[in-house]
Amino acid sequence: MDAKEKKPLEKVCMICAKGSLEDIYATLVMANGAVMEGIETKVFFTFFGLDGINKETMLSLHTATTGNPAMRMPGGLPFPTMLGGLPGVEAGVSKMMRKQMEELDMPPVDEFLELITAGGGEIFACKLAVDMFKLTKEDLHEEVSDIITIGEFYEMCDGDRTQIIFT
Amino acid sequence: MAEKTIAGVQVNVSEDGYLEDMSQWNEDVAKGIAEEIGIELTDKHFEVLNYLREKTEAEESLTIRGVGKSGIVTVKDLYKLFPKGPLKFSSKIAGIPKPTSCI
Repeated sequence: MDAKEKKPLEKVCMICAKGSLEDIYATLVMANGAVMEGIETKVFFTFFGLDGINKETMLSLHTATTGNPAMRMPGGLPFPTMLGGLPGVEAGVSKMMRKQMEELDMPPVDEFLELITAGGGEIFACKLAVDMFKLTKEDLHEEVSDIITIGEFYEMCDGDRTQIIFT
Repeated sequence: MAEKTIAGVQVNVSEDGYLEDMSQWNEDVAKGIAEEIGIELTDKHFEVLNYLREKTEAEESLTIRGVGKSGIVTVKDLYKLFPKGPLKFSSKIAGIPKPTSCI
């Protein structure tokens, strides 16, 4: 066998358990990127990650302005944690970030989900987390195909060219 | 960079098989590249290809989102036209550089 023979990925399964703007978008960008490369793609949203597919929250995701050492002021100066804790600051910063993302042609979360499913990607919600947060299928975006258990998700992750990515 | 003959036209292609000079492109070259990928081109394909070429000439960045909003095809149809490579394969067939966008 040629040692340099390439074995391209055939399937990517992603698990998103966190609900900040950057966690959700990291998942969406990677999932959509996989679909665009012709890789079979499944995404499983659980715990706070459910905010990314909950119609109530998906369009107003926040990025943390406290406890986030990478947060900078416009211009690059460090962002004081005390400032980040003031009412409205996190909302304002998050809104600004969403605006900058829009300028880079990064779609809002609902449209991003549609891009992923348009290419055949599938979106799932974790049953345990949905029950825990007392949500129903109606609370979730239409592109979510089903509410399933982690066991059912693993069953979909078969194949020796499959990767599971936890974001 | 390598030289290659597609549909009787001598073209320069990158390592990944993208045309280096978009002016070396014509419809027969497009058909030749598409055949290698396994896509049979229709008028709808050419509408998309021409759109991509226009945008590239105007130095605008290309995303599938942008194509979906062009009014030519929906993103879903774009995937049907160019399965498993809506931007990659369409760019290759359109004779433009490999897409640099992540979306």
